[in-house]
Amino acid sequence: MFKGTIHKKTALALVVGLVIMLILPNIIPRFYVYLIASILVMALLAMSLNLVVGFGGLFQFHHGVFYGVGAYAIALLLTKTTLPKWICFISAPFAAALAGLIIGLICIRLSKLYFAMIQISLGSLLWALAFRWYGFTGGDDGIHGISMPAALSGVSNSYYFILIIFVLCIIALFLILKSPFGSTLQAARDNEQRCEAIGIFVKRHQLFGIVIASFFAGVAGVLFVVLEGSVFPDLLFWTLSLEILIMCLLGGWFTFAGPIIGAAIMLSLRTSIGIHTEYWTLILGIILALVIFFLPQGVWGYIQEKLKLRKEAVAERGR
Amino acid sequence: MDIASTYGLSEIALQLLVGLSRSMILFIIAAGLSLILGVLRVPNVAHGSLYMIGAFAAYTVNTVVGGAAGFWLSLILAPLFVALLSLIAERALFCHLYEREHLMLLLFTFSLMLILGDMVKLFWGVDYKSVTAPEALKGAVMIFGLPFPKYNLFLLIIGPIVGFGLWLFVSKTRIGKISKAASVDRMMVGALGINVSWVFCIAFVVGCFLAGLGGALVAPTMGITLGMDHTIIMEAFLIVVIGGLGNIWGALVGALIFGITHSLGVLFLPQFAIIFPYLAVVIVLMIWPRGLLKSVW
Repeated sequence: MFKGTIHKKTALALVVGLVIMLILPNIIPRFYVYLIASILVMALLAMSLNLVVGFGGLFQFHHGVFYGVGAYAIALLLTKTTLPKWICFISAPFAAALAGLIIGLICIRLSKLYFAMIQISLGSLLWALAFRWYGFTGGDDGIHGISMPAALSGVSNSYYFILIIFVLCIIALFLILKSPFGSTLQAARDNEQRCEAIGIFVKRHQLFGIVIASFFAGVAGVLFVVLEGSVFPDLLFWTLSLEILIMCLLGGWFTFAGPIIGAAIMLSLRTSIGIHTEYWTLILGIILALVIFFLPQGVWGYIQEKLKLRKEAVAERGR
Repeated sequence: MDIASTYGLSEIALQLLVGLSRSMILFIIAAGLSLILGVLRVPNVAHGSLYMIGAFAAYTVNTVVGGAAGFWLSLILAPLFVALLSLIAERALFCHLYEREHLMLLLFTFSLMLILGDMVKLFWGVDYKSVTAPEALKGAVMIFGLPFPKYNLFLLIIGPIVGFGLWLFVSKTRIGKISKAASVDRMMVGALGINVSWVFCIAFVVGCFLAGLGGALVAPTMGITLGMDHTIIMEAFLIVVIGGLGNIWGALVGALIFGITHSLGVLFLPQFAIIFPYLAVVIVLMIWPRGLLKSVW
């Protein structure tokens, strides 16, 4: 769908979708507006992860840390300092990017599972700090009741803010993937040795990818605080990182829009099943196992494949 | 800060012993994980859930049988129950997935972890459970003039026994030798006419048995609760990685590093004690990127 240039039809669908998203808060109940806003936050987080995992081929197993760092940064800046609010909002994603740079510099020397493990270890270190440092981060209680500027308070205001930032970030991510840098990242995923042989400094590109991904994860963290008004150490715990990986898997690794679909599936499942039973993770686990068994390319990847096959069949018949 | 003046030498030594006994439980769990990682190449995230099931099963055996007999029986029955579960899981699910890539396997086992976690909630409920150690292991003995819990002493004895048993299994039995060979080159072992699938199955079941044993052993030392699988599996993975993937002695070294740094952390900076093991892992991996001992990967 996103291969090459965007088709007219796709562009039209996107514009219509955007218009629908813009008028939604006026038609549907507040609860659903909140649900869609949280889907957008998780979708942005999952897409930033997909940049390094799906397109970069790195074992980024503790991506949640950068989300958490972004969220904690904005929460701490808003509650502990008297800086102008807009400076807080801008600097929080950069704090996440800085964390990405530091963790990335340590991890990047290793590969595959070792990369994943040292990242999990570093992330758990940050989690433990946030969990225990009662004086600074509020410990396991976290920080609650973070006051937002008036323009961002209320569900529909924060919804619009999240939507605008989400769209901007998606455009940025799309451009990054289509840029020479994005192509290099994918080339390094497919064949690292060959890339190095033609003179590409693979590790540097991958590190840059991690920094960019953690920046966008930090943006998602800020959006989370805008929506919820609170932070807690669970944002930094490793199970959240696996949940984001699951979203990418559900939607499809190698697709641009897959993580959005994955996040939407997962959060709407959690809400719709969670109302009826407390055993919703059981159902999620079963769905996930089924997807891995039967749809390893993910829901969106599967749909794309089918569409492609049909297009080919049509072309074949026309010949 | 002069440490020796705040804490006597005997206190430090005792705290080290406490760390050692905690290391033993970590070792038993991590050794199982390492066996599975080495032989099957499956990063089994559900290992922690099996540990939790082991602890809950130990609780059930203890309440049904009761007394000292219940405790000793639980050390056998709970791991066997876990092993049975893993046998079913292996034959029904895992054996179809060995050829998938690691990320897929990891997420698949994570889905199992979600399922098992809710199963435990379904069967045992959400309340805290606790198991009391038998009379013989209650109380404390005096070491260096300070009281040391008898149960920790028991753990210090059981750890090496399990390690020795595992060593016997891997290097002395036929199955163990085949699984060791399969971890190096599984195609070649298959080409020799050995049914690799069953070797994998047995290695998997033995590994999971150890997870269950770890759960049964830990039951009297802490509250048995949902969510105890989340931290332990991460710790076990880190231990396996710093020791060297698939290396059982590596698991021992890793567990010792983990347990001792934590216990020393408790002594010097109690509030941030849980940070020290993670810090140790980062330092070890920065210096020895492939783990301390030889990995089979």
